[in-house]
Amino acid sequence: MADGNCLIANDWICGEYVRTRGQELTDATLQHIGITLASVAIGLLVAFPLALLARRWRAVAGPVLASTTILYTIPSLAMFSLLVPVFGLSAAVVVTGLVLYSLTILVRNILAGLASVPREAREAARGMGYGPVRLLFGVELPLALPAMMAGLRIATVSTVSLTTVGAIIGYGGLGNLVYEGMRSYFKAQVLTASVLCVVLAVVADLALLLVQRLLTPWARPKRRTTSRGPAARGAGRPEKAVA
Amino acid sequence: MGVVERTWDWLTTAAHWSGTDGVWHRLGEHLFLTVVCLLVSCAIALPVAVVLGHLGKGGALAVNIANVGRAVPTFAVLVLLLLSPLGTHGSWPTVIALVLFAIPPLLTNAYVGMREVDRDMVEAARGMGMTGVQVVARVELPLAFPLIVTGVRSAAVQVVATTTLAALPGGGGLGRIITAGFRLTDTAQVVAGALLVAVLALLVEGAFVLAQRFLDPMRGHVTSVQDRLA
Repeated sequence: MADGNCLIANDWICGEYVRTRGQELTDATLQHIGITLASVAIGLLVAFPLALLARRWRAVAGPVLASTTILYTIPSLAMFSLLVPVFGLSAAVVVTGLVLYSLTILVRNILAGLASVPREAREAARGMGYGPVRLLFGVELPLALPAMMAGLRIATVSTVSLTTVGAIIGYGGLGNLVYEGMRSYFKAQVLTASVLCVVLAVVADLALLLVQRLLTPWARPKRRTTSRGPAARGAGRPEKAVA
Repeated sequence: MGVVERTWDWLTTAAHWSGTDGVWHRLGEHLFLTVVCLLVSCAIALPVAVVLGHLGKGGALAVNIANVGRAVPTFAVLVLLLLSPLGTHGSWPTVIALVLFAIPPLLTNAYVGMREVDRDMVEAARGMGMTGVQVVARVELPLAFPLIVTGVRSAAVQVVATTTLAALPGGGGLGRIITAGFRLTDTAQVVAGALLVAVLALLVEGAFVLAQRFLDPMRGHVTSVQDRLA
């Protein structure tokens, strides 16, 4: 009984809300995860060739970095609004906007990762007869992985958070619940959805950290001291990551 | 008529620029909120970062606050503040959210800037008999200046973006043109509002890039000093 009252009293924390609207919360969370996954995956697929092109040709690097920075400056609400005439009111608006945002972080960090590969490792691989493709996938990418994963973690966490703004067109995952809750002054809904959103960001970050550890077993003894390093760097100032 | 033409029509209609819902008034609100909140957050974050950076303490705080700032959705915080008891006090929820989200980039960049000052230079300054305050004012701050301005720049862009979002819970600013456009299902107005916001954000960013280039106190000095030390 006491639990039922919290809905009427419009309390911030309400177990009854979570029990009765479990399905709604699950759907919103799944939409949130779907939008985030799609955005980050497409972001990676686009950022990777862009970073390789920027590394190969100096002339490409400037415009690529400048245009991704400009995209990053555009506020999320404006970005989604500008994409509405292109895609209509669909999830594609939100995913495209989030992909464009993730490019800034991903391209810079992939470039920084590739730049951090020791020259000796590259020379040794060439001396062993590695061609450019095998050099890239067999030597450079594994060595660039820590910096790239740092970028991927930052991009994923920001994407989880920015997805909420998609609520303006009805594709904001948990943001939809925040938006509805705002209109109806439903405190439990707003707080529950907000907390879930932060939990989602933290879980995604930890999952990626785990993936990184599994992918780079050779770095494990050193990880303890350096794992925060690249992330912290990228965090404070992506501008400098490439320098 | 295509969206582009209709957007152009919207932007060139004089009536859309005047009045309380007009562009000029909304732009004024946007700029006012941006400037006030940026100043308040600088006043809070920069002294803390400079002191912590000078003492070399609180590095974990500086890093973690940036991570927290990224993970917490701005929109959710705006709505939470609106529904809190503060929500009845006009634009206070917006102001608080703006300041909260401007602090992480300011704090992190200024802290990193202070820490990255060459320790040899600080030692040399101390050896010359400078006091702590003198070291901060004459050595560390000028050398940390580029990163401090980078932080202010990120914070300014962040504030412009957050002010736009504040229109969703009913705050002022240019975002209101977008939200009103969605309510009226007027795509031209949505796009026009979005263009205005995007241009404002880019102008703010551009202004800071220029300021960074021309106001750096170490402009043209850094290399010579480093050469002499090396």
